[in-house]
Amino acid sequence: MINDVSISYLIFLMPLLVFAINGLFLGRKSDKAAAAFAVAGNGIAMVSALIVAVHYFSSTFAPQKAVLFDFPFLSFAENFAAKIGLLIDPLSVMMLVVVTVISFLVNIYSIGYMRGDRSAGRFFSILSLFSFSMLGLVAATNLFQMFIFWELVGVSSYLLIGFWYHKPSAVSASKQAFILTRFADSFFLLGIVIVSYVVQSFDFFTLNGLTLAAFKKETIDLGLMVVSKADALIIGSILIFTGGWGKSAMFPMHIWLPNAMEGPTPVSSIIHSATMVVAGVYLVARLFPFFAVCGNSLTLIMWVGAFTMIFAAVIACTQKDIKRILAYSTLSQLGYMMFALGACKTGDAVIATGWTASTFHIFTHAFFKCALFLIAGSLIHQVHTNDLDAMGGLRKKMPLTYWSSLICVLAIAGIPPFSGFFSKDEIILAAFQGHHYVVFGLAILTSGLTTFYMFRLFFLAFHGAPRSESVKQGHVHEDFFMTLPIVILAVPALLSGLLGKGIFEHYFVPGRLRVPQLVLLPHAEWIPYVAVAVAAVALLIAWFFYASPKAKVERALDESNRSALYKVVYHKFYFDEMYYAVVRQFVIGGIARVARFIQDYIIEGILAFCIWFIHKLGDLVRYAQGGNLSFYLGTLIIGVLLWRFLGQLPF
Amino acid sequence: MTLMNCLILAFLLFGIGVWGLMRRRHLIGMLISIELMLNAANINFISFAYFSASDSTAGALFSIFVIAVTACEMAIALAIIVSMYRRYKSLDVEQLRDLHD
Repeated sequence: MINDVSISYLIFLMPLLVFAINGLFLGRKSDKAAAAFAVAGNGIAMVSALIVAVHYFSSTFAPQKAVLFDFPFLSFAENFAAKIGLLIDPLSVMMLVVVTVISFLVNIYSIGYMRGDRSAGRFFSILSLFSFSMLGLVAATNLFQMFIFWELVGVSSYLLIGFWYHKPSAVSASKQAFILTRFADSFFLLGIVIVSYVVQSFDFFTLNGLTLAAFKKETIDLGLMVVSKADALIIGSILIFTGGWGKSAMFPMHIWLPNAMEGPTPVSSIIHSATMVVAGVYLVARLFPFFAVCGNSLTLIMWVGAFTMIFAAVIACTQKDIKRILAYSTLSQLGYMMFALGACKTGDAVIATGWTASTFHIFTHAFFKCALFLIAGSLIHQVHTNDLDAMGGLRKKMPLTYWSSLICVLAIAGIPPFSGFFSKDEIILAAFQGHHYVVFGLAILTSGLTTFYMFRLFFLAFHGAPRSESVKQGHVHEDFFMTLPIVILAVPALLSGLLGKGIFEHYFVPGRLRVPQLVLLPHAEWIPYVAVAVAAVALLIAWFFYASPKAKVERALDESNRSALYKVVYHKFYFDEMYYAVVRQFVIGGIARVARFIQDYIIEGILAFCIWFIHKLGDLVRYAQGGNLSFYLGTLIIGVLLWRFLGQLPF
Repeated sequence: MTLMNCLILAFLLFGIGVWGLMRRRHLIGMLISIELMLNAANINFISFAYFSASDSTAGALFSIFVIAVTACEMAIALAIIVSMYRRYKSLDVEQLRDLHD
């Protein structure tokens, strides 16, 4: 397996090359050439990643870690340097495959979607930067490298969300996404500093091999207080998780993700499935043994994830914007992944089921969520609106899209044998085995809600009578470049669960755990039946409301007489408004006003004084040159006198 | 009458010249002030020649020489002043500030 190292460079090199060449040269000349180059480059990267994956998993070497290259570029002290490397283990190989496949397909899709856009070349360039950043992130061998690429992911998402910079809403959404994730990242950086200060290493191997017992006795000065090194590590672990908290858009830092819908749909698709938001989950999964030893940080992770899951699912049930529904469903699914990692901890012991389930769900979710966003993009492209009000009756017009989306919706709903069933089932099982019964109940409930809102979207978009003119008049058709990736993605959405289950259960274990592991796990063969039953009931409810012959779709979409509760949910519990209020009152009214005062009076005052002083000096010089003959003569005489009496002149 | 008295007279004359040169706004007045200063120098020449030099003719000659040169200077200066008056219709130095460019 190690013989094929050379090809692994291509995985990173190609997207970077596409970024540079498209950004500097091709993008300005020809959009078609840029698109072709982007597809080719990302295709090569995908093939390389697949070859590496096949070699890795087919070799006997498989579940072990390997570092293909790792060179230091910044040395802080002896034996303490920041390195850039490529880590190969089941988790990173899986992510490499997911990221390259998704980015390849999204590039193909973008050919259709961005056709005619005035700066499609720029789009392809930044899209490749995005996948390059994520690839660097998943291949990181240490926290420092991860942080560098983590920020690169943030920057490129900022550029892509605000791609249509002439739209004010897109600009504000991109700013919001960037500022919120940066806010979380500052804690991440703080956590890295604390942890690396205590451990004297950035390396994942070192961090994952820690035991807190060794650090209990020594103390460390954190500036604010003196704590034992073990406590410093626990604080550090929570700060590091905060980075993932913001990046994965967990409650209450979730608002940027639905608003990020302002970007082009391929961007939403890649953000939601492979590149941006799973970075947070990946971070926790990567450092799982570290989090497991660090006190109760996993419990915090579990509750954050579980709350986001149910919270987002409830909001998704009421939304009308097709992309927003999908965005909230992503939040909800990320909540699943997050809480599955957190639910591994039970008492002092740890089970590995949740870790496997979470990584498995990253894998399956990437395909069907990417496909769902691409489908949404197709619909929007044809109907020219995001609103479910104006869709309906698209089944006959877009048959391939219809069948693909049926597969994806069934996958996300967790109906066997579609992929989502397997991973979600394992997550729910993990909650049960970890004795977290409240979270277990919430997960079952959310699984029902997921089925409901996904089928609501599905029925309203594809079934029933057409509700918009463009559908009625038959302008709607399927674009080849936009339908191809959807159909391709429907295959893994159908099969990845079934085929992946064996690989994940065999190879995916969170590494060497330094905490006691729970061996006796409760058997729960009944869980899949319950989950499927709940999903089926939810499906029937959705069918009854939105697609059955008796359904009154017009009434279901009518906004006039809603209950107060529905309105609150429809307005996303007024979280956007709360954020704006806080920002306005606290940031703009408080901090900004103080800063404004300092700028206006102190800094400007100093500046004004300097200007006044120099002005006066200038006046003096100007006066000397003013053409005033008496002044000239006077200075001449005074000068001669001074020269005579003060100067040390030889006469 | 001593050398000191003469020197004080010359000094006062010179001072008046300087003062006039700086305070006068009219070009002719300034010219007269310069003339005063030159004459103060002449007085110095003559008094030093008269009181302390062995041969007093050298000092007297020098002052006559200065007077001659001054007369030429004045002629040129007055010519310039006249042409300036024609050009600017004024001889007030406060108004003749074009010199600074």
